[in-house]
Amino acid sequence: MSGTMNLTLTVWRQKNAQDSGRFVTYPASGISPDMSFLEMLDIVNEGLIAKGEEPIAFDHDCREGICGTCGVVINGLPHGPMSATTTCQLHMRKFRDGDTITIEPWRAQAFPVVRDLIVDRSAFDRIIAAGGYIGVSTGSAPDGNALPIAKQNSELAMDAAACIGCAACVAACPNASAMLFVSAKVSHLGLLPQGQPERKQRVLRMVSRMDAEGFGKCTNTLECEAACPKEISVEFIARMNRDYLYASVADRPESKKANVAG
Amino acid sequence: MQLVANCPTGPIENRWDKYRFDLKLVNPANKRKYTILVVGSGLAGASAAATFGELGYNVRCFCYQDSPRRAHSIAAQGGINAAKNYQNDGDSVYRLFYDTVKGGDFRARESNVYRLAQISVAIIDQCVAQGVPFAREYGGLLANRSFGGAQVSRTFYARGQTGQQLLIGAYQALERQIGAGKVAMFPRTEMLDVVVANGVARGIVVRDLVSGKVDVQLGDAVVLATGGYGNAFYLSTNAKGCNVTAIWRAYKRGAGFGNPCFTQIHPTCIPVSGDHQSKLTLMSESLRNDGRVWVPVKPGDARHPGQIPDAERDYYLERRYPAFGNLVPRDVASRAAKAVCDEGRGVGPGGRGVYLDFADAIKRLGEDAIREKYGNLFEMYERITDENGYQRPMRIYPAVHYAMGGLWVDYNLQTTIPGLFCLGEANFSDHGANRLGASALMQGLADGYFIVPYTIGQYLATSKLEKLDPAHADCRRTRDEAEARLRKLLAVNGKRTVDSFHKELGKTLWENCGMARNEKGLKSALARIPQLRDEFWKDVRVLGSGEDLNQSLEKAGRVADFLEFGELLCLDALERRESCGGHFREEFSTPEGEAARDDQNFCHAAVWEHQGPATKPIRHVEPLTFDYVHPSQRSYK
Repeated sequence: MSGTMNLTLTVWRQKNAQDSGRFVTYPASGISPDMSFLEMLDIVNEGLIAKGEEPIAFDHDCREGICGTCGVVINGLPHGPMSATTTCQLHMRKFRDGDTITIEPWRAQAFPVVRDLIVDRSAFDRIIAAGGYIGVSTGSAPDGNALPIAKQNSELAMDAAACIGCAACVAACPNASAMLFVSAKVSHLGLLPQGQPERKQRVLRMVSRMDAEGFGKCTNTLECEAACPKEISVEFIARMNRDYLYASVADRPESKKANVAG
Repeated sequence: MQLVANCPTGPIENRWDKYRFDLKLVNPANKRKYTILVVGSGLAGASAAATFGELGYNVRCFCYQDSPRRAHSIAAQGGINAAKNYQNDGDSVYRLFYDTVKGGDFRARESNVYRLAQISVAIIDQCVAQGVPFAREYGGLLANRSFGGAQVSRTFYARGQTGQQLLIGAYQALERQIGAGKVAMFPRTEMLDVVVANGVARGIVVRDLVSGKVDVQLGDAVVLATGGYGNAFYLSTNAKGCNVTAIWRAYKRGAGFGNPCFTQIHPTCIPVSGDHQSKLTLMSESLRNDGRVWVPVKPGDARHPGQIPDAERDYYLERRYPAFGNLVPRDVASRAAKAVCDEGRGVGPGGRGVYLDFADAIKRLGEDAIREKYGNLFEMYERITDENGYQRPMRIYPAVHYAMGGLWVDYNLQTTIPGLFCLGEANFSDHGANRLGASALMQGLADGYFIVPYTIGQYLATSKLEKLDPAHADCRRTRDEAEARLRKLLAVNGKRTVDSFHKELGKTLWENCGMARNEKGLKSALARIPQLRDEFWKDVRVLGSGEDLNQSLEKAGRVADFLEFGELLCLDALERRESCGGHFREEFSTPEGEAARDDQNFCHAAVWEHQGPATKPIRHVEPLTFDYVHPSQRSYK
């Protein structure tokens, strides 16, 4: 690749959750097309520090598209213009010399801004803690091959389990709904025989927690699927809705006599 | 420093069972009276914290990431080994044990490795029960593949995302305990020091990375599962946040540091594209199953690879190692790549790269077959390099990947500080001098699910731990020191950024203590690193305050520790006057340039004891004996 680019960045700066925040414009010059988007921000930050200005805070960690830590809205698109690509895997060759790039944090009521481009996504953890697991304590598992699982179910469960919890789906949704994230976990576990005993209570508890966290409702705009770097399908939302409906109708109160030892 | 390994004796098959029976138990009703602090939430930390919670202990778990699900275990691609012998191809616990001891170049404990191989079987069962979607055959049973040159198919995998799926399994188990109130989770919290009171680990000093508040957390035992130190080299396959701070602070409080020079360089990474490079990306070494590695015969040959005829290509792995060819172990493949690049025959920017060519495989199997096997890797390669790996050979180069060294632990996974345990990549592990593919996930989960939950009970049941007041002099002193250090970093107000120091340290280490090491280079690094450290403390620029989220301050603290640790890394490499596994000393090689191990003088783990800032640390040794697998020279010719 030859030649470097000069760009203009319009970046959301916000000192903390209490600050109201504002856009600030920075030049980004001498950017190589081979840089990743986050490496471009590294260069800008080095320049800011040299000038005595505090660097732009952004979340990132593995920089290979799997940890789900990074994610900013680039020109209105969560994770930027490339499909199936996290922010850290987006490269500057996708931009042109002279471009202006607007960079914002995920915007959702359930994700308060921590600083600049960093938001608090702990609501996702609380949804998992509400029921996004199979309740099997260490040591009590049968042999791994004791329970054959049809390959197609296992593969479909893997499609759902590929979610990296980055929350781009929420950022892309006009309602800031978390349905794609929640449905991916409900489907991953619900598609497997191991997940059946808790299937009904899982979906009820996770959805209830999701609502309590202040996420919006799903109105099938499908923006979530388009933004998802792991191409999680909205079909999982339909699957979760079926599970939820069934669980709402069929769920029975738990026995009051259960687990009482003599 | 006393190194008592506490390894059981007797027939190796029965050691762990017998040992487990002899361990003291904590009464179920008493478990809730103990608090265990777990630092790190990767495979080892999350699995330990979840299991402690299930057993009834009170647990507090800390991670620097915004969620425990993000730890770098998540990036492991290839798979996890287990001696299930589901494929009926001759695998057994003994064979996995044998392969691991040999693969580690005879620098690990037999007792530990055998236990690891035994437990591998239970790990798969546990993960399947949690809902980990391992690859399956059409009959519905678990699939396996051969990985990293193993002669049997014992690797379980979930597409190219095995680490992710295993971590999500452990994370879900952890979240279940958080929901049940048994584990309190502290994300965006970094451990800055260990509180050692009356010679026993009783707590940690942590910083809330959002509020900047520094606090002491007290408990009855401390478990470090904080990963490896590969980022000392600046460029590595580690996540940007991976650091040595937790185990380095423990070392400075008296924990022995084992074999720091055992670092693994992975041969199939995407080469550096320029000075802006912030990290290196690994591509699964399964690519070497079908790709052929070559460089031009002529130095400086700048032709397009397609225009270089076969006769002018050097398939150097096939030439040097006809028996194993492109599938030689990681350390051998890495050194061979460096050697041809040193001869000026490297390709791509800076001449630091070799070709990994799929043309023959595509001709033989068709592009579709290659796409089906490795499509996601080819996509990733193209996203990063803008080159199509089907049309022209990929360029690869070795990169720092994994730390076999770490805190020395006994058979209980306890460090030389009573009450301080260390798990996973953070400990000086069961991998000896070289880790085999698909063994890191196995070790992290073995330590967390199935070893430390037993051995910590023994510690708690046999220790008299009095209640510790946070106002205790040792707590206050440790906390004050951590705070003073943060203030000092902010007060320097020099000219250079943290990253510029980190890059310079990394370059020094990579050039002198990387794939090939020699006395001259190591001595020059040992002279340069203290100078660089002085410059850092005089000239680093950390803006902002300590009272809110400050990523420069976080980085500065970690780089300050790397600047100390780097010296120990080189010192250990200098003192180990032999070549073994990932540690290659040019002076100690065979006439053909292969590694020459010295079992006479170095069949031991080197364990370093800190002696204060101005004094050289003391090198202790734990001798290793081999009753079952007898040391032999590895040969791949």
